[in-house]
Amino acid sequence: MSDRMLDPGIAAGRLEPEQLSGNFSDLHPPLDDHEALVAADRCYFCHDAPCITACPTSIDIPLFIRQIATGTPEAAAETIFEQNILGGMCARVCPTETLCEEACVREAAEGKPVLIGQLQRYATDTVMAQGVHPFTRAAPTGRQVAVVGAGPAGLACAHRLSMHGHDVTLYDGRAKPGGLNEFGIAAYKSTDSFAAREVDWLMQIGGITLETGKRLGRELSLAELREGFDAVFLGIGLGGVNALDLAGEDREGMRDAVDFIADLRQAEDLAGLPIGRDVVVIGGGMTAVDAAVQARLLGALNVSLVYRRGRERMNASRYEQDLAAAKGVRIITNATPIAVHGNGAVREVEFEYTDDALTPTGQRFRLAADQVFKAIGQTLEGPDLPELDGRKIAISGAGRTSLPGVWAGGDCSAGGDDLTVTAVAEGRDAAEDIHASLGAQA
Amino acid sequence: MADLTTNFIGITSPNPFWLASAPPTDKEYNVRRAFEAGWGGVVWKTLGEAGPPVVNVNGPRYGAIYGADRRLLGLNNIELITDRSLEVNLEEMTRVKRDWPDRALIASLMVPVNEDSWRDILRRVEDTGCDGVELNFGCPHGMSERGMGSAVGQVPEYVGQVAHWCKKHSSLPVIVKLTPNITDIRKPAQAAKDGGADAVSLINTINSITSVDLDLFSPEPTIDGQGAHGGYCGPAVKPIALNMVAEIARDPATRGMPISGIGGVTTWRDAAEFLALGAGNVQVCTAAMTYGFKVVQEMISGLSQYMDDKGFASVDELVGRAVPNVVNWQDLNLNYVAKARINQDECIKCGRCYAACEDTSHQAIAMSEDRVFTVKDEECVACNLCVNVCPVEGCITMEPMAAGAVDPRTGEVVREDYANWTTHPNNPGKCAAE
Ligand SMILES: Cc1cc2nc3c(=O)[nH]c(=O)nc-3n(C[C@H](O)[C@H](O)[C@H](O)COP(=O)(O)OP(=O)(O)OC[C@H]3O[C@@H](n4cnc5c(N)ncnc54)[C@H](O)[C@@H]3O)c2cc1C
Ligand SMILES: Cc1cc2nc3c(=O)[nH]c(=O)nc-3n(C[C@H](O)[C@H](O)[C@H](O)COP(=O)(O)O)c2cc1C
Ligand code: SF4
Repeated sequence: MSDRMLDPGIAAGRLEPEQLSGNFSDLHPPLDDHEALVAADRCYFCHDAPCITACPTSIDIPLFIRQIATGTPEAAAETIFEQNILGGMCARVCPTETLCEEACVREAAEGKPVLIGQLQRYATDTVMAQGVHPFTRAAPTGRQVAVVGAGPAGLACAHRLSMHGHDVTLYDGRAKPGGLNEFGIAAYKSTDSFAAREVDWLMQIGGITLETGKRLGRELSLAELREGFDAVFLGIGLGGVNALDLAGEDREGMRDAVDFIADLRQAEDLAGLPIGRDVVVIGGGMTAVDAAVQARLLGALNVSLVYRRGRERMNASRYEQDLAAAKGVRIITNATPIAVHGNGAVREVEFEYTDDALTPTGQRFRLAADQVFKAIGQTLEGPDLPELDGRKIAISGAGRTSLPGVWAGGDCSAGGDDLTVTAVAEGRDAAEDIHASLGAQA
Repeated sequence: MADLTTNFIGITSPNPFWLASAPPTDKEYNVRRAFEAGWGGVVWKTLGEAGPPVVNVNGPRYGAIYGADRRLLGLNNIELITDRSLEVNLEEMTRVKRDWPDRALIASLMVPVNEDSWRDILRRVEDTGCDGVELNFGCPHGMSERGMGSAVGQVPEYVGQVAHWCKKHSSLPVIVKLTPNITDIRKPAQAAKDGGADAVSLINTINSITSVDLDLFSPEPTIDGQGAHGGYCGPAVKPIALNMVAEIARDPATRGMPISGIGGVTTWRDAAEFLALGAGNVQVCTAAMTYGFKVVQEMISGLSQYMDDKGFASVDELVGRAVPNVVNWQDLNLNYVAKARINQDECIKCGRCYAACEDTSHQAIAMSEDRVFTVKDEECVACNLCVNVCPVEGCITMEPMAAGAVDPRTGEVVREDYANWTTHPNNPGKCAAE
């Protein structure tokens, strides 16, 4: 332990640079050639394989693994990219333990699935390292499509549209493309600027004009886009964050977890990033776990993750929970925050234990806190949107919204899990539907 | 622990595991270490005539075939007989035999096909105190081009002739090592017997090209852009070797002739299989070259545990036990009817049985929406393919149908009596049932 870890308050440089770079290196280091062959060899090449069904983008997993096993990782990558152009990112961030690897028959047989995610990374890394882009555009159709939001949904949609020969203008409100790949995913899942490199690689298809700093509701209006383009795709994610509605929520040291993570992802020098000694994270999803784990990795001494329901209800997978525990995060469940105490800056958060129906039990406790991260969910924000279904854009079929000529997909649209891979699948499928409908109009 | 002592044509060794004539037995240093590790005997690396020794290539001499996790399944070599001088080899053999009297030491020999050459070498070899000689009529590369090795083994008359010379000029037991590169292995075995040989050993290596370098367009191993066929050995050749051993063991002309079983012996179980098919002992090369001399310890402990389990007091009780059950196809019982059974508790739902049966066999496995796989008895011909492709051992089994039951595939009652093709109504050449 370094001395700086004991400093109270929020401070930068709690750990030495070498410790930081070790902490934020790849969670799963890439497989080398031999490891990949050994891992690939375990695949049974199942008939109508359950892993394919479990993958939201339906990658032909047994086929790509066999292609690796026979020494052709390039062909394997093409099999992956045909279904999922962000197969490189998905290989790093997918909760495979609840997707393909959960469905793997070797999980049933031995509790040890084939390492599908890591093999996918092996194949996609091979091709991306060669700088090769395996697809070419069809002859130009002269059709123009606006894609709003350059996250996984928008990128997948834009790429597929461009492959079909349509001209795409890809808008994003932020200064950099990538969406949560760039600003949200935990740093140890996407190292060495992978998100940015992947976008550059994807753009090699051509036919996509990227316009950053263009926000729907600010520089852009949906009416104008519908006017100026043959079709519009909305992949704007969930920009807003839910509030706790607590007394003292505005005290210094209270932050949205996604902002903390975005700062961390964009930091040039992690040693310059301030972090509390006693950190409390409120929430039970992937964002909460990522904030808590990365707070520990930055050098916070005590990190508690507090969730209002039982452990089995947490949105973070068992694997993510275990990862948090292994990194020294204390997970407290069945406790709901009731007050933030402090004098200007936060000093303590008070909680009350609840039962599984969220009924308060009257038993309370306080946790010391110099910094509190709120991770209780993101919301869709923005005026001027198609009809909603609950709190997200209502869709039917492959992303069709209530407005003719407007499609939506990814986190901003109703249905499906809020996962990178789901966003890719929805963006891709909407592109196919847009392509079909543009063809029908011609 | 069972007593593994073996007496093979009068040569005793503490166990039936000998090292075959090959690099593991090429010199004193290796053989001493092999004996220390527990090997029951060695067949010394093949000796040639006196004079300048043969030369080997100076590039790679092995090629390989791999299974999962780079497990070596097949090895190919283009090595010749010993490339060290005859004198040095003989001195070393003498010293080793003196220090290890309880182990078998056999001299492997290969000289040109003329009586003088064989007489001369036999004289010199006898002086070492070795227990016997093995005539290498098997090496399929290099030496065969010079009229030796498999060039002899492929001509039964030569085999018989040389065996005869050896018996005439030496009192040592003679083992003839056969080449598998021949259409009918029984013919050279019969010739060896007729020539007076005490035993045959088999198999030597099989002509092979393991792979082709797809950039150089050359067979592997590649020597300066070219490759020659080599000899194949290791686990991959075991089925071929087992069959050849069984053919000789059940041939009326050679029945009872001692056999030293060689080819792919890698575990105690492989060895036990050779013994059951009639081999009196086994020789091992590739397994030692892959894992080192220590593998013999597993072979010894495994065979002795098996013999204890079976209540066999000596290796002889196992030798040949399976031979009566090796028959020709036409002798198989056509009234025996089995069906595949899938144990649902063991099934991991990979669907490989379904793909195999549906695409390439008899469409006898049903697959439900929720991936439950069941056998359709009315289609199943009991071919065993599903058992073979299932990754879970014991999940799919072949269950014989009881006599009296109706086979839903044929609609016929399963009969208790035995009936084979020779009496089958569909057989144009059938003989009347007795
Ligand atoms: C902290 C965190 C960790 C996560 N970890 C994982 C993980 O490990 N694995 C996983 O599978 N999923 C993870 N997720 C979920 C995953 O990141 C999302 O499901 C996925 O990014 C959704 O993609 P999207 O394209 O719909 O939206 P986003 O990635 O949110 O992209 C939306 C894009 O639209 C832009 N935008 C928003 N509003 C506008 C507007 N009005 N005008 C123009 N542009 C706009 C944004 O700038 C952004 O670039 C995580 C999410 C968070 C928050
Ligand atoms: C490199 C190598 C060299 C060999 N040299 C000889 C030899 O000189 N004389 C001989 O009779 N057999 C030779 N053999 C054949 C082996 O003795 C043995 O018959 C064959 O390898 C099959 O046994 P295995 O499957 O246990 O390896 C050689 C085999 C190998 C791999
Ligand atoms: S034994 Fe052959 S025919 Fe019968 S179910 Fe299995 S694969 Fe099909």
